[in-house]
Amino acid sequence: MSLTKKLALAVAVLAAPVLAATTASAEGERYVLVSHAPDSDSWWNTIKNGLALAGKQMDVEVEYRNPPTGDLADMARIIDQAAASGPTGIITTLADFDVLSGPIKAAVDGGIDVIIINSGTPEQARELGALMYVGQPEYDAGYAAGLRAKGDGVGSFLCVNHYISSPSSTERCKGFADGLGIELGNQMIDAGQDPAEIKSRVMAYLNANPDTDAVLTLGPTSADPTLLALEENGMAGDIYFGTFDLGANIVEGIKAGTIKWGIDQQPFLQAYLPIVVMTNYHRYGVLPGNNINSGPGFVTADGLEMVEKYAGEYR
Amino acid sequence: MSDTAEVPAADERIKQTPAWRKALIRPELGGICGTVIVFVLFAIFAGDSGMFNSQGILNWSVVSAQFMIIAVGACLLMIAGEFDLSVGSMIGFAGMMIAIFTITLDWPVWQAIVVTFALCIAIGALNGFIVVRTGLPSFIVTLAFLFILRGFTIYLPQLIERKTIIGGIDKAAVGDWLAPVFGGKILSSLFTWLGDSGIIAVFERGNRAGQPVVDGIPMLIIWALALVAFGHFVLTRTKFGNWIFASGGDAQAARYVGVPVNRVKILMFMFTAFCACVFATCQVMEFGSAGADRGLLKEFEAIIAVVIGGALLTGGYGSVIGAALGALIFGVVQQGLFFANVESSLFRVFLGVILLFAVVLNTYIRRMITGER
Repeated sequence: MSLTKKLALAVAVLAAPVLAATTASAEGERYVLVSHAPDSDSWWNTIKNGLALAGKQMDVEVEYRNPPTGDLADMARIIDQAAASGPTGIITTLADFDVLSGPIKAAVDGGIDVIIINSGTPEQARELGALMYVGQPEYDAGYAAGLRAKGDGVGSFLCVNHYISSPSSTERCKGFADGLGIELGNQMIDAGQDPAEIKSRVMAYLNANPDTDAVLTLGPTSADPTLLALEENGMAGDIYFGTFDLGANIVEGIKAGTIKWGIDQQPFLQAYLPIVVMTNYHRYGVLPGNNINSGPGFVTADGLEMVEKYAGEYR
Repeated sequence: MSDTAEVPAADERIKQTPAWRKALIRPELGGICGTVIVFVLFAIFAGDSGMFNSQGILNWSVVSAQFMIIAVGACLLMIAGEFDLSVGSMIGFAGMMIAIFTITLDWPVWQAIVVTFALCIAIGALNGFIVVRTGLPSFIVTLAFLFILRGFTIYLPQLIERKTIIGGIDKAAVGDWLAPVFGGKILSSLFTWLGDSGIIAVFERGNRAGQPVVDGIPMLIIWALALVAFGHFVLTRTKFGNWIFASGGDAQAARYVGVPVNRVKILMFMFTAFCACVFATCQVMEFGSAGADRGLLKEFEAIIAVVIGGALLTGGYGSVIGAALGALIFGVVQQGLFFANVESSLFRVFLGVILLFAVVLNTYIRRMITGER
């Protein structure tokens, strides 16, 4: 095979997916949602679905972007990139103010409307000149959950943190500890992202600290393996188990009584509402006068039907 | 012999190769072809998407420059016959060290940077020392350091600051003499002029209204170009460059002819660590914070760039220019896919295809050069 033939073949191979993928229309509004989630995080599937649904209903073009490994510095470049491609608006999470404030500010200065979702705080969103903040303030949600657990007689807990490199995760655990009125100390473990590792680390911790009253997990990534761990060491149903976010297994756990409650921050709304708000803003100039809190909503054994139906898809 | 001053006629025993072929067939050829293909493709599919306006160009240039910085180190090390899988962790670790020295210990930024560089280069030397002393594959030794360094990067800030991201370094760096060398921008006045004369876009509003959207060339890009120039010079124009090739080609044969193989390898590990530290320092100065998850998987990205650039995994063959082009291809493809509106989860598919294609092409070119079968 000659060099020229090889080159021609390579061009064909490389071009095929591009040809297949560039079906985007160039008219109408175009919105880009940038998240901080690595490819492997299942929770963000709901965001993608909510985004797609809003795009369809409002008849606008939507795109989802994320840093493949979850590296926030890569995410900053993606925001730069999104701004350079000249969209009508950008919807982005604010996982780390230091890293992302520069690119977001530059987008706002460049005349692009921005809505902050999911992480960060309403104050930070205002500081960056964003239109609004749609999300669940992490510390407050943790604090509310802590108060609830305290009322149920919890005095010590284990926080299973699967994304310890993001400050928002620590705030959830810290809020929970403050709600209980105890020190966080070393009750938070860095569980990593791998289900088998999370499971074994939870078991190891509970072996070493058998008197632990409660377990708090921060999402399906850590909740699912923790469920397995508790079933294996016989603590399921006995230990007080609360979790952030929902997923199919978490809903099953709530139904079975293993999990007391799930805190739903309703990611669907975090993706869906910004598209609706921005589209109406760009078409008719109307804008709600305040931030939107998408959560916290405690999901317990009552009223699970709807949640169950759409768990992992829209809930 | 010097009295026969006549020009010898063409020797029939030597195979004649035309001059154009000589000029074309070089280790960088694969990288050059790839670069041309990638740019042509994106010019077609993403030409009007903002990819080639000032903001867009800066965007993929910065990403490519990041890859380039670590690819130069990885390239020279790979030619010397060794691997370093701890590059990504070293980036996270170095950034975190700068943050801890600056914020927790309240050192001036320049001191934090200098000490961090010394520390990283020492760890690189330790890597190299363990490899040459034990004779273990560097793959294993540096894999160990991948975990060791990442572990410390997560543990130390939690122990000291109860956080995994330490910010505020940008405020501490104000007025520092060394920080701008990594985090500054040059040619600002040129870009201001470009903005004023309407050649590049300016901000429409906010407190930077009227300023150009691109306000200078980040030092990151300058570092990348300087390291590429340095690496290329050392490899192709110095005795030490020949030692690097010899160490990776056949270490035993190189020892027989007096090449200090161990010293070469340890120095290359140190240089790789130095490159990772440059990357980390630029990142910390740009974003003003260090995070425990910075630099994840960057070692593989560096190796991929080097392989796209035509280096052999087994050592003894490669080129710094090729690695730099590999980094450019990587950066342009990664950001360009976003511009071209491709579903971003397809990025890895592209990367795999490009990698495979590059290796096949490079093998073909290498056989033409070295005559191996």
